[in-house]
Amino acid sequence: MRRLGPLGRILVVWLVTSAIAMTLVAVFLAPHLPPGSGSKEAAGQQLDNEVLTLVSVFVVAGVFTYLGYALIAFRERGDSDGPPIRGNGRAQTIWVVGTTVIVLFLAAFGTYQLLGGAGGGQGAEPVFVPAHSGQSPLQVQVIAQQWQFTYRYPTEGDFESAHLVLPVDRQIELHVTSLDVIHSFWVPALGLKADANPGADNIAYVTPEKLGNVQIHCAELCGLFHGYMFGSGSIVTPSAFASWVASERRFVAPVTHYLPAYSTTYLPDPSFRAG
Amino acid sequence: MRSTGVKILVTVAGFAVAGVLVGFYIVGWLMSGPSVYRPPVIAGTTKTVDLTLQTVAAVGPTLSPNPDWVSYLVRDEQGRWRRTTIWALPAHALVRVTVYQFDGDSGLRNPFMARVRGTLGNRMRVNGRTLEVIDPDDASHTFAVPQLGLIVPLKGVADDAKNQCGYAPCSLSNAHNTITFSFRTPGPGRYRWQCFVPCAAGFLDGFGGPMQTLGYMDGFLDVS
Amino acid sequence: MTDLSLDPNAGRPFWRRLLGFNLLTGLLLGVGGFYLGWYGGHWLVNGLDVPSLDYVGDTDQNDVSLFLAYILGVAGFLIGLGFGVYPLARLRGYPPSLREKETTGVGRYFGLSTDHKVIGLQYFIGIGFFFLVGGIDAMLIRVELLRPEPNVWPAGNYLTLVTEHGTMMMGMMTSGILGPFANYLLPLMIGARRMAFPRIEALTFWLLMAAGTILISAIGFGGVPTGWTGYEPLNLQANYGMDAYIMFFALVGISMTLLGLNMLATVITMRAPGMTWRRLPIFVWGVVTTAALMLLAAPVLISALMMAAFDRTVQTGFFVAPLGGSSYLFENLFWFFGHPEVYILALPGFGVVLELLPVFARKPLWGYRLAVAGMVGVALLSWTVWQHHLFVSGIDSDLRPFYMFSTELISVPTGFIFLCAMGTLWRGRIRYTVPMLFCLGWIFNFLFGGLSGIFLSDVPSDVTTHGSFFVMAHFHYTIMGGLIFTFFAAIYYWLPKMTGLMLDERLGKIHFWTMFIAFNSTFAPLFALGFMGMPRRVVTYPSDLQGLNDWVSASAFVLGISMLVFLGNLIYSMLFARVPAPANPWGSKSLEFQLPSPVPVHDFDRIPVIEGDPYGYGEDGAVVARPSLRPAGGEA
Repeated sequence: MRRLGPLGRILVVWLVTSAIAMTLVAVFLAPHLPPGSGSKEAAGQQLDNEVLTLVSVFVVAGVFTYLGYALIAFRERGDSDGPPIRGNGRAQTIWVVGTTVIVLFLAAFGTYQLLGGAGGGQGAEPVFVPAHSGQSPLQVQVIAQQWQFTYRYPTEGDFESAHLVLPVDRQIELHVTSLDVIHSFWVPALGLKADANPGADNIAYVTPEKLGNVQIHCAELCGLFHGYMFGSGSIVTPSAFASWVASERRFVAPVTHYLPAYSTTYLPDPSFRAG
Repeated sequence: MRSTGVKILVTVAGFAVAGVLVGFYIVGWLMSGPSVYRPPVIAGTTKTVDLTLQTVAAVGPTLSPNPDWVSYLVRDEQGRWRRTTIWALPAHALVRVTVYQFDGDSGLRNPFMARVRGTLGNRMRVNGRTLEVIDPDDASHTFAVPQLGLIVPLKGVADDAKNQCGYAPCSLSNAHNTITFSFRTPGPGRYRWQCFVPCAAGFLDGFGGPMQTLGYMDGFLDVS
Repeated sequence: MTDLSLDPNAGRPFWRRLLGFNLLTGLLLGVGGFYLGWYGGHWLVNGLDVPSLDYVGDTDQNDVSLFLAYILGVAGFLIGLGFGVYPLARLRGYPPSLREKETTGVGRYFGLSTDHKVIGLQYFIGIGFFFLVGGIDAMLIRVELLRPEPNVWPAGNYLTLVTEHGTMMMGMMTSGILGPFANYLLPLMIGARRMAFPRIEALTFWLLMAAGTILISAIGFGGVPTGWTGYEPLNLQANYGMDAYIMFFALVGISMTLLGLNMLATVITMRAPGMTWRRLPIFVWGVVTTAALMLLAAPVLISALMMAAFDRTVQTGFFVAPLGGSSYLFENLFWFFGHPEVYILALPGFGVVLELLPVFARKPLWGYRLAVAGMVGVALLSWTVWQHHLFVSGIDSDLRPFYMFSTELISVPTGFIFLCAMGTLWRGRIRYTVPMLFCLGWIFNFLFGGLSGIFLSDVPSDVTTHGSFFVMAHFHYTIMGGLIFTFFAAIYYWLPKMTGLMLDERLGKIHFWTMFIAFNSTFAPLFALGFMGMPRRVVTYPSDLQGLNDWVSASAFVLGISMLVFLGNLIYSMLFARVPAPANPWGSKSLEFQLPSPVPVHDFDRIPVIEGDPYGYGEDGAVVARPSLRPAGGEA
């Protein structure tokens, strides 16, 4: 250690502290990062968050080690100026190359994860459709309105409900649209966020993998009760889902025939306009 | 330079005064909002509360600075109609609601809201008839508490009805529909209620103005 | 030589001074214009009787008349201040006159002044005032979030508070460093006696003052429910307080465009002899890149909001889906402006930090060309990233990998700034003065701000973090931890030069440490809150998040107190202690510190000839400039 110059010592301290810190983070913090493993997509997103956290720890350790050394070792002594160092070509090159490599890696990694379908709302023509096994995806339409989400199940009897109930281990193809202003359908535990725009169809895929209740939030300011536009959904077994469908259909039957034909967008009547 | 010092002090004092005035303006506005109305509780094995409301097409200049806005009004113990949408209710109580609906229909944006949910028996009585659903195009307003799963569509007055109400408060001699329903309040908390019909005429999607201002078509149930 | 005793009000009775073009006349004509527009608008709408204006009868809100009121009010205000005098005189053939700045007296701070130094101090006080208003809004927001249920401010008022805070800060602090400091210092740093367009400079200031007043008045017109982003179609549904928001950004946008124009023109055309681009202070490079962004981005905002104004008043359909428009159009236009806007906020901070570090490390700026490349790179790349605000909006999913890449890439030139900062510290002689502490605070804060930006640029990660408190933490770390810390660094560093009075060092250190600790304590937990699923702009949240929210609110109150410490320092130092500042209190080799404090009205006795850059620390015989052998005087 003594034969290394100050920069060398900083480098060693950086590598050692970042190795320790990254290990600690990977073991203790990473499993608790959002969004958890409630769905395949969420697991992919959590991996992204873990990788990004580790890279951040690495960078922070470097900057802090350097600053910790520099701010103490280079304090003023008397009234003299420091040496007139205006730059160092090699240091600059290493930095430029190093940061570019990290950035390229992160971009490539993010794209790779995206190809696995970890990406929330994809618009009307999704490109990253995750592979699914078994049954075809269950279509569920999320209708956002001020200030509640309702859900339409076009393939299960084309009924609408105020409850989100999904079968576990089956790919769900969600079509998110809005009836009035921009909302955003966010289910943190499923790694699902898709904006709801009027006149637009935003498709997102999710394959829930854990039973239980999930929190639903609106993530885009939509007016007075935006903060109240939350609720909960349930991920249930396929048989529980089937029996829920049957009982919910019976319950909403009086109004089902009043619903407009299923469509990916429902444009509001423009006669309510102005001001 | 005494005069400069004095000028500087005057300037600073001027800014301080301006700041305080702005502060008063902001805080005075900030605290403005509808007052809370607490209907009387009828004691018994289950606490019961009677809530009498009316929904009007134009709230009028005596009750609001926006006379043409639609609004809910609540009747207090003295029989006066007050424009306040924050109601204090006891927890785990039965709330019996009577709504006198004076406004014409605007139609529901989402017809699904025409199905009565969350009331006792998931039903309501409209002019004496028990209904589970109304035609969504006939809806004039709704009373909905999404956190309790409660939604009651309120049937609109026909366009050609006679003696329609002008400015509120409306009297029972004006054309109206009477809707009654009951629901149970849950544990303590603050639950928002709102209308789901785009009834704010003149605003985009009918959801501006009275639909987005507390004290007209939106409010809270303060359950304690 | 110029005659410094030119006070046009000398010898006049007080009442005589009130007549003429000044602030009082401006206010009177402004209020008069407001009422003229208001009643004119009502008369117009009632008289026109066209279907697209029918809504006024139902909504009880006449947007046309409010817009007209604001527009005529601002016009009256500007005319009353005297902005019409010179253009009219020139139209009538009068020769150009640039001697108006040579007046004395405190009164020159209260009206149209063409002295860039006066304008700089006007900006400092004016922006400081609105910064305080925005800060109070933030305190009120945190009061509401102390409890999960909305209990203090009614829900609609809370949303208006959120919007007022964000809009006021974004509109005002965009010019936070350029306004006070670039206006005052840019001519001095490049060896000029004035800005290229002195009256336009004054106009940018007074436009901002009018804009801030209009935004505060939104409260009286039903508030603004959309947040500072003003998304359609919620924008169209809103009460007519929304018109005040639109006017605010229209005026701020015009102010920004003109400010950028002025800065660029000055740096390009008015540098002293010998001031090559390679000798420019790095702060000036920061100003140049910021100005270029301002000039090009602000017009996009103005046009997007003009479309929104038409949608709101005469029912056009730009952003209304059933009429053929699209809410996506607004999002894209807004963020096409909005992303360069945040670099407009960040770049001056880069310039300030890199300008101050050499002075307090007693070393030249390390990697000057790399720093310039970083600033230019950030400015250029900032145009290519805006879709990252729309990752989950339902944009074409082919676009997302590209924008993820471009957004990640912009961290590379940003990293250059870090490298140059750290390199400047290497083997330096660091003095921990208050400006230096704020610069070091910047390094710490912007590191976390920038790294959290990497999370947001990664699409899968963005699915969790978009629209949540994580985003709030990110931009507060970069904007407040970045811009505001450098704003204070610039204040402590340059205010002695601008006012001739030193700020108290001990109070300054108290200010720094309370602010730094309270700031991190306030915004670091927000990352966690975002990860735990709390969306933005909500008035209620799950009750298990109350502990963290209470901690954040308490820290925010301490942060507010630290601002009061600064205010106390300012008032104490400027009014009571009044310690005179030497010409060069920090031992800087930069050109502005070779002039006396405060800088005299005519700036330079002689325009200097520049012989080197201002970073000659440790280099024997390095000198920035020597007096020119040209005769003095004239408008060089």
